Amino acid sequence: MVVNCERIWQEISNYLEGDVDENLRTAMDAHFAECNQCKSVLEGSRNVVQLYGDERMIDVPLGFSYRLQRRLEESAQPSRRGFLGWMVAATAAAMVVGGFEIARSSVFRSPALRSEHSHPARGVPPDMMVVVSTDGKLFHASGCPFIHDKAHVRTIAAREALKEGYAPCVRCMKKYLQAGLSSAEPTAS
Amino acid sequence: MPEQDVSLKNPLDETNEGSLIRRVCDGEHDAFYELIRPYERRVYAAAFAITHNDADAEDVAQEAMLKAFKNLRQFRAESRFSTWLIQITVNEARMRRRREHAHLVEPMVEQQDAEGNYVPRDFADWREIPSETLERREIREKLAEALASLGEIYREVFVLRDMQHLSIEETAKALGISTASVKTRLLRARLMLRDLLSPGLGGAWSTRLNFAKGTKPW
Repeated sequence: MVVNCERIWQEISNYLEGDVDENLRTAMDAHFAECNQCKSVLEGSRNVVQLYGDERMIDVPLGFSYRLQRRLEESAQPSRRGFLGWMVAATAAAMVVGGFEIARSSVFRSPALRSEHSHPARGVPPDMMVVVSTDGKLFHASGCPFIHDKAHVRTIAAREALKEGYAPCVRCMKKYLQAGLSSAEPTAS
Repeated sequence: MPEQDVSLKNPLDETNEGSLIRRVCDGEHDAFYELIRPYERRVYAAAFAITHNDADAEDVAQEAMLKAFKNLRQFRAESRFSTWLIQITVNEARMRRRREHAHLVEPMVEQQDAEGNYVPRDFADWREIPSETLERREIREKLAEALASLGEIYREVFVLRDMQHLSIEETAKALGISTASVKTRLLRARLMLRDLLSPGLGGAWSTRLNFAKGTKPW
């Protein structure tokens, strides 16, 4: 059997696959030994197959495996969460809501102010130590010149002062009140 | 005597794979990642061959893995798990491509096989390119660029057969085409790539790499 160049080009891929019969293979081998052009096509095609077949040619984006694993975990999670899982989640949610309610009642809910002219104490850090006097209506920063009745003062946390109905001094607490006004929710009063 | 070993082994041997599949079906979901880990790069590459876009390929790869997870009970052991996985990926990628073309006024036309036989353009001598050249990023990029320039129907076949090492029959099954079409497209893809990368071409890509005149990148 004798094969020409055109036939070689048609069969070269099958030749590389080992998918040609014995007669054709022998004829092709004989042709390659004589024809440099077809030999070049064979060597080039074999090179292409070898290079692209290398594992290094498969390039995945950085973090691909991690993101895939996360996605699989997320998808597997709902079915894995049994009754106990839901109970834990529900308890956690209840604790968050409960905690929020407790916090609102003790710190964030405004008690009746001692003076109708007072400013609510939005923005004052609840743990800040402030000075109050027995007969006064305001709480102050230590050293404020407007502390009333200095003979009967106590130093307590702002949180406690608020609970007792004291309002912040608009002078020494000015910076907190302004900050509180700008960040306060419109309905927070 | 074949020139190339076409019976490449699975990264996981089939017994291990079978037992992992059983464990996942029995509710041990964590075993699924172990099952697909050897194939994740190949799944990505298959998705990329069709979507041609990093972000879409990653999304398609993830979706395909999730589908495989949800439908693992439907997997039948008569085909290889990797082939089944690649088949899901190909379907997912094609669906994505169709969705993305849905807004276009012109309907997407499936590419047709070129008529006539492919005639090589370049006959310069090829010296063997050692695989170490693949350590060089610019070489890998140029190979990827050449692959990207192929028509889609050729690229799909080439990626599945020559990069994923699926058999001719598996490639045909994954793409839903005949084995004769796979062979024709594979021949054309290989010859086109050879021409694109041929050193004798003078260089579309070798000159862009700024190699000294007359030298080859390998």
